[in-house]
Amino acid sequence: MEIKRRDFLKVAAAGGLIAASSATPVLAREPKGRLKEAVGLLYDSTVCTGCKACVSACKQYNDMPQSSSTPQDPLWDNPLDTDSKTYNIIKLYKNGTGEVKDREKDGHAYIKRQCMHCVDPACMSACPVSALQKDPKSGVVSYDKGACIGCRYCQVACPFNIPKFEFEKAFPRIQKCQLCSHRLARNEIAACAEFCPTGATVFGKVEDLLAEAKRRLAYKPGEYRKYPVARVDGKETTERLVTPYVQKVYGERDGGGTQTLYLAGVSFEKLGLPVLDEESDARRTETIQHTLYKGMIAPIVFLGGLIYVVHRNTKDHK
Amino acid sequence: MKNKDFKTFSTLVGGVSRRDFLKYCTIMASSMGLPLGAGAQIAEAAVNPKRPPVIWLSAQECTGCTESLLRATHPTLEHLILDLISLDYHETLSTPSGHQAEEARAASIKENKGKFILVVDGSIPVKDNGIYCKIAGRPVVDILKETAKDAFAIIAIGSCSSWGGVPSADPNPTGASPVHKVLADAGIKTPVVSIPGCPPNPYNFLSTVLYFVTFKKLPELDSKARPMFAYGRLIHENCERRPHFDAGRFATEFGDDNHRKGFCLYKLGCKGPETFNNCPSLLFGDTGAGTWPVGCGHPCFGCSEAGVGFHKPLFTKASLHLVTPPDTYPHTSEQQGRGAGIVNVAVAAAAAGAAYAAVKKVAGKLGEDEKK
Repeated sequence: MEIKRRDFLKVAAAGGLIAASSATPVLAREPKGRLKEAVGLLYDSTVCTGCKACVSACKQYNDMPQSSSTPQDPLWDNPLDTDSKTYNIIKLYKNGTGEVKDREKDGHAYIKRQCMHCVDPACMSACPVSALQKDPKSGVVSYDKGACIGCRYCQVACPFNIPKFEFEKAFPRIQKCQLCSHRLARNEIAACAEFCPTGATVFGKVEDLLAEAKRRLAYKPGEYRKYPVARVDGKETTERLVTPYVQKVYGERDGGGTQTLYLAGVSFEKLGLPVLDEESDARRTETIQHTLYKGMIAPIVFLGGLIYVVHRNTKDHK
Repeated sequence: MKNKDFKTFSTLVGGVSRRDFLKYCTIMASSMGLPLGAGAQIAEAAVNPKRPPVIWLSAQECTGCTESLLRATHPTLEHLILDLISLDYHETLSTPSGHQAEEARAASIKENKGKFILVVDGSIPVKDNGIYCKIAGRPVVDILKETAKDAFAIIAIGSCSSWGGVPSADPNPTGASPVHKVLADAGIKTPVVSIPGCPPNPYNFLSTVLYFVTFKKLPELDSKARPMFAYGRLIHENCERRPHFDAGRFATEFGDDNHRKGFCLYKLGCKGPETFNNCPSLLFGDTGAGTWPVGCGHPCFGCSEAGVGFHKPLFTKASLHLVTPPDTYPHTSEQQGRGAGIVNVAVAAAAAGAAYAAVKKVAGKLGEDEKK
């Protein structure tokens, strides 16, 4: 027995109407604000010399194995991107002759990539089993291997391409930077910040980091200024010649805001950072989902319609 | 240390000047990473009239360790070592010989029970009851056990006594064993310090002895009983050619262009990445600036590392203990595989379509055949 086209459309339209009518009263989910005690990193590309002390320190203090992108000559730890064995990596932007640092044309610049610890993380929103959690105090996005079912939604959801799956293992986990939570727990700071010799990566409370970033944007190129090293509120500083900045703190609002902040001398897009709306992906998708499923009214009505169609069309068989 | 103090014992240190003597003690302190003031402390301990007695036993060895020690030059070390410690028995250096020498050893053991330092060079053959190395008609393994029991501490100098060395290379016909193993098997618990190397840098040995003389205890040791100040780091970590490794610049053949340019010797079989020693900073022996295997353009042989020197083939590449980033960078727009491009999809779709058409045609023909 075939469903008549007319009947099918009738039911479908009814379901659609109900879904649409229930959508209007639901408001978009409230955007998430920054946590007061949140901690993070400020990476200043103009200060970075590309020494990779952070890369080595990250590997050492997180006990991560070698990741080689040259299998014919596996002498180095040289991944091309963050991967299941690499939380933190320094990448190079190079154009033309690459002779001048922090210049887009015929210049070069470094960028450090690791988890951004988003204010409203897409990975956490996408995770069906709450294996990814945001610490209510520090705001660090951490991973619980016990809860993870290995669906890799987080990997797809992350706009920064950070969570990485251990495809090579029999019992795989998701691997991502957790801002050295084990070190924070004993009152130490993230290894990448602690071992950065130039102060390109500094650790601190996000509000202090934001204030420091804004301060730097106000500096005039050519003057000497004191830059904090390791901790934004620490005693150690280094005096350096200010070079021009792109007048933006990446991560202040991008993708709903992140706890890892960036300053740079060339455009962030050139450094491989995605262009994101101020609305986070998590908020946008949750708004759609929560609207469709609000009170389960639309799905139940839709199911009712389907049952009706099936019932009508199988009546004659009885 | 005042000049007049020094005069009271200047003959004791073999007539070196006060200046040279203090310089030597300070160098010793710095080679162990001790604070500067420790140099003066060492100087005072070194001239203490109660010099620690030392008995030096030689087993299956080539006397290379003794030779390298004798050639330590700042200051004239053969004087200093003989007067700094009371060397009661040493087969190569003893004036007496035969029964007289053996008597001196027996007398020293009796007199300094539990106080003397026992230095051993050479591996101990244990196969066939140790008959492959005999001194005064007795197997050296028996002499070692007898002497070790009464020693305060044992210093195993050289790779042979530290882990077996050359004599232990396959097929090890004499059953050459390191000192610590022989003693552990015999249940003798005297602490053993290993100073591996073939020969080891004499200053690693002298520093250990002086540390003991000064502080009356042994320096900090690693898991293989080697002093941390000397064997705490891989050669690769302090190597002067390391930048070439990080940049991927390698010599691939002896005498090739890259070898002449002084590039990294890893691909020639350098064992620096798996050998713990301080050769890059202290160099090899006491032979002058830049003189150590890698400095001369020869790959490190791994002479001081158990299972590497005399065991791994010379040109076999070393295994890397610590893998570090190179000095190259991934680009921000690094390509990592490609998704299905529009052309690929079109090609795949065309192929699938063609296959579908072909199958349909064949199926149709089969159907026709059946009808017939």
